[in-house]
Amino acid sequence: MIEVNHLVKRYGSKTAVDDISFRVEDGEILGFLGPNGAGKTTTMNILSGYLSMTSGTVSIGGCDILTEPNRAKARIGYLPEHPPLYPDMTVRDYLYFIYDLKKVSLRRGPHLQEICDLVRISDVAGRIIKHLSKGYQQRVGLAQALIGNPEVLILDEPTVGLDPKQIIEIRNLIKSLGKQHTVIFSTHILSEVQAVCDRILVINEGRLVADDTPDDLSAKLMGGSRLAVRVAGPSDQVLRRLRELDGVKKVELQGIKERGTVDFLVETDEKLDVRRAMFDMLAENQWPLMGLRNSELNLEDIFLRLTAKEGEQPDAGKGPAGKGARQKGGKRKGAAQ
Amino acid sequence: MGAVYRKELKSYFHSATGYTFIAVVLFLSGVFFFMTNITAYSAEMSSFFSMFQQIVVFIIPLLTMKIWADEKRNKTDQALLTAPVGLLSITLGKFFAAMTVYLVAISITVVYALTLASFASVDTLVIIGNVFGMILVGAAMIAIGMFISNLTESQIIAAVVTFGVALMLLLLQSFSTLSGLPEIVSQIILAASLFSRYQDFSVGIFSYADVIYYLSVATVFIFLTVRALEKRRWA
Repeated sequence: MIEVNHLVKRYGSKTAVDDISFRVEDGEILGFLGPNGAGKTTTMNILSGYLSMTSGTVSIGGCDILTEPNRAKARIGYLPEHPPLYPDMTVRDYLYFIYDLKKVSLRRGPHLQEICDLVRISDVAGRIIKHLSKGYQQRVGLAQALIGNPEVLILDEPTVGLDPKQIIEIRNLIKSLGKQHTVIFSTHILSEVQAVCDRILVINEGRLVADDTPDDLSAKLMGGSRLAVRVAGPSDQVLRRLRELDGVKKVELQGIKERGTVDFLVETDEKLDVRRAMFDMLAENQWPLMGLRNSELNLEDIFLRLTAKEGEQPDAGKGPAGKGARQKGGKRKGAAQ
Repeated sequence: MGAVYRKELKSYFHSATGYTFIAVVLFLSGVFFFMTNITAYSAEMSSFFSMFQQIVVFIIPLLTMKIWADEKRNKTDQALLTAPVGLLSITLGKFFAAMTVYLVAISITVVYALTLASFASVDTLVIIGNVFGMILVGAAMIAIGMFISNLTESQIIAAVVTFGVALMLLLLQSFSTLSGLPEIVSQIILAASLFSRYQDFSVGIFSYADVIYYLSVATVFIFLTVRALEKRRWA
């Protein structure tokens, strides 16, 4: 459905997108993952025909975006980072306008009603867009992209600025849209792509660093698992005993987050489950286990690992810089969920 | 083109822009008509038109400043430029919407002419020529203003620059009479002046050269607007 070949975009001396190639098949949901400024928006703007590329080709359903722009654009519904809304229009007028602009052949009344019901904006149809909340504006933007039932949906950070309930709604909506449309959506939240996508492209500093299914990607990246452990006990002794356990590769002291307890980050072998042994050891010493959870990789870890892999430095993710990034990333992820 | 035209036309009247433009034009034309015709007991409208025409050109930036600057500021140009519509038809839609508001505003002059005609005999050709001339000057100025609006995100900058350009075009006429200029230079300046071309129309003479001049200016600036949009895509 979508074919991107050796896409390059330069702004003066800055290279925003550096030789990206990928294909998206019919009905696939593709997640575009990357930190801010990685080139996600630029890539999406090029795919939608808003910007042109410095070199490379993009074709949408066999139509080149440069040579047959109108045929290619007719297949795309695009929700840019800032929804392109006219603040002085009512929602209904705005959707009518987009309907006319896109020269849609479906019947107007039922088609727009269906979209409004889908993104749940029917109750605000008569209101002026500038008076709507950010969440509703985002949904009107999404409705705009859906008009004309395009085969391809390109959604640039569709969940930014929404409250947690709305985020879940939009995610479910994207999932259900994926049954009939080819969807590309970008985000900087890892759990979001994991929840929604069939395939993930990871992009960093304009370059593609990974192209995989969510499970394969995490399996590749893990190379062992990590446990976050909270124990009520003397930190140096617990640390020593944890390190002695079978299958434990590395233990990191995380400090005190709850009074009377200590947090550890335990890295273990892929195959061996150390949780049972760990519990037995702690029980034996009468150190109550206050918390135990899998510590997932977050975006920063992924980048560090992926870029480390390229530079053949497997240790790069474990230094002090990695730790700092991890904590910051953890906080952001927490806030986003 | 139809969708953009309708949306633009509505947007002039969703905000105060369209109303303000029409109100200012009506007010000024009323003042001029009162001065040049009513208090002067005259049915001769050419002095009314010569004042009115020059002033209206300076109000046109009010109409054109938002055309693209606003779209860029609200990022709504992304919806326009990613829709399966050609750049020319978007541009023309916007141009004709501005033209429509302009025509509605200046149509008041026809009301004045009819009022005069019911009391005295008027020179119909002078009126037709003037109205026709005003439509052409307006088309040229709107195209220029639209182009300038496409170069910036700020409506204020677009309005001020368009205003400056209008003033320059008006002054060209007086530049051509500066002493010491070679004949050929003053001829060229005069030929390029948006206002000296108007003289023929104001006395009821219909000259193809003038019509072509105004239409070319409009066409060139519409073309440049499309190129500027295209260039932004390529930059």
